[in-house]
Amino acid sequence: MSNKKLTTLACTAAFAMMSAGAQAQISGNVVKIGVLTDLSGTYSDLSGSGAVLATQMAIDDFIAKEKPGFKIEMVSADHQNKADIASTKAREWFDREGVDTATELVTTSVALAVMKVAKEKDKIALMSGPASTPITNEECNDVTVHYTYDTYALANGTAKAVTQQGGKTWFFLTADYAFGQSLEAQSSAVVTANGGKVLGSVRHPFPGSDFSSFLLKAQASGAQVIGLANAGADTANSIKQAAEFGITPKQSLAGLLMFITDVHSLGLKPTQGMYLTTGFYWDRNEETRAWSKRFFAKQKKMPTMVQAGQYSSVYHYLLAVKAAGTDDTKKVMAMMKKTPINDFFAKNGRIREDGRMIHDMYLVQVKKPSESQYPWDYYTVKATIPADEAFQPLSQSKCPLVKK
Amino acid sequence: MSEIFGIPTALLGSQLLVGLINGSFYAILSLGLAIIFGLLNIINFAHGAQYMMGAFVAWIGLTKFGINYWVSLLLAPILVGAVGVVLERTLLSRLYKLDHLYGLLLTFGLALIIEGVFRDQYGISGLSYDVPDALAGGVNLGFMFMPIYRGWVVVAALAVCFGTWFMIERTKLGAYLRAGTENPQIVQALGINVPLLITFTYGYGVALAAFAGVLAAPVFQVNPLMGSNLIIVVFAVVVIGGMGSILGSIVTGIGLGLIEGLTKVFYPEGSSVVVFVIMVIVLLVRPAGLFGKA
Repeated sequence: MSNKKLTTLACTAAFAMMSAGAQAQISGNVVKIGVLTDLSGTYSDLSGSGAVLATQMAIDDFIAKEKPGFKIEMVSADHQNKADIASTKAREWFDREGVDTATELVTTSVALAVMKVAKEKDKIALMSGPASTPITNEECNDVTVHYTYDTYALANGTAKAVTQQGGKTWFFLTADYAFGQSLEAQSSAVVTANGGKVLGSVRHPFPGSDFSSFLLKAQASGAQVIGLANAGADTANSIKQAAEFGITPKQSLAGLLMFITDVHSLGLKPTQGMYLTTGFYWDRNEETRAWSKRFFAKQKKMPTMVQAGQYSSVYHYLLAVKAAGTDDTKKVMAMMKKTPINDFFAKNGRIREDGRMIHDMYLVQVKKPSESQYPWDYYTVKATIPADEAFQPLSQSKCPLVKK
Repeated sequence: MSEIFGIPTALLGSQLLVGLINGSFYAILSLGLAIIFGLLNIINFAHGAQYMMGAFVAWIGLTKFGINYWVSLLLAPILVGAVGVVLERTLLSRLYKLDHLYGLLLTFGLALIIEGVFRDQYGISGLSYDVPDALAGGVNLGFMFMPIYRGWVVVAALAVCFGTWFMIERTKLGAYLRAGTENPQIVQALGINVPLLITFTYGYGVALAAFAGVLAAPVFQVNPLMGSNLIIVVFAVVVIGGMGSILGSIVTGIGLGLIEGLTKVFYPEGSSVVVFVIMVIVLLVRPAGLFGKA
């Protein structure tokens, strides 16, 4: 072998090693974010294309402000609220397409499936969409962040406020799957803890369309409050039909998971006076309004808490990648947990060791039609629930990562 | 309070009434399907989408053009029926010589496209359509508060179902239709325009779906997927009643509505599957359906 040839080989090897070294920092110098969401089903208004838009906004804002030395790409897919489709897609993204984090993940069954795939492939799952608490309890792992809200926070906000204001007897109308049952159980506990009583519950198939039979049962129970432990179109139809059968306003309804898109779709007439708990309201202050108006300009709808949370979580993730100088899962997770979150969505938010992001939640009341001054002027913020009270305390955690 | 099997009779009565209301929707939808299948041999999977279109035409009419409910009740079936006629002439008519499966696939594809377009335009959360003023409010029946509108749904649905049955079984036009399905060549030879009859029939079946859609608009949120949630149950109704049987689809629709209502009292979790359990039993015992000819 000639010297020249040897030199060439040595140089090639050296370059190869250098680039391998660079890859250990940020693989391929590209951070790839996957938005795995419901683009066509029941939850596509509250997350869906709005969540994809929020992700794109987060990426654009991050590039403009932070001028990172790496490229950022986004891919999105429709999981159709099916756990098997979601985990297959996540696997494909992680294995073949170099995706660093799967985000959004609305629907509990999807979330639980994808967080297991993420753990297996050592990638990050950022959850702004799903609601159930097992994500950061029994099922918790060290690659998952549960960002926007959960059933504990919802029950704790709405059920507590309504019970304390005199709604002492409750009957639950519950969507018959993991999420509905978890929401019912947690709300029941809150009602009982605040001196109320649960008279009964009825579980309806998911998704349903006619709730009149179930509502008549609730009516016959004589409970002061009918707790709606369901979501999306099911909640909307329940509220509409309760009014039709003269159940409201004699008995009052408590929407345990309602999004601003539900209120928008029903209008203020059947929803006025209802209490609900949310992680975000667009019209809360200057900062939230400014961001939401940018969102509205593109989507023609105000953002839900899921969409706002999606932006915030992606931005926080990108900041952590930049600060850590790598997309290595362990290092990025450590940086995300170390850094407090301060943006329009959360003030002094932080990610606990169980993966729960804790931030202030808001108890709001739906306005009367006469009080609403302009489009999407729907809520009066009644109380801010401080981060430490809003979410399940670590002392009650069932997550093995929590050291007690 | 008196009780039957531990359930207060008042609650039972109200659940039966609610079952009757839902049964009316099943009846009118399965009737449309049965007519189309009976005369065209097409399994119309787009029926749910056409029902949804009826509701949307009513909503768009009211919010964009100020067309009231009563006009919509007439206008929506005509408009959606006309869309059906165009579909039949341009697409479905090419499939009559082929296996049933092709018609099923085509209409299923159409349903997905139609729903996709509406979802893209109007989102998924649904839109509210208020109950018309003349039918607002309700009456107290002693055992329950009965919304007047729901009573109207039952009356309107039964009237249309009976009218349709009468037209097909008791009029000359109906006789042509029935003869056309038995032996199209001979009927054609007798000077009757069979292709026109078939087109009319499809249009009418679609119009029935749209009519049900307008009836449903004030009861349910108007939503692009409202039809796909319902259509599977309606297919089961048609199968139980006997494919193509007019009277069978009406009676079965109402009967299953009642049974579903009772299931919601005794075992709510099973209310979404009870129809299918019955379907399995009927298929095992009478494969042609309760009213079908084997």
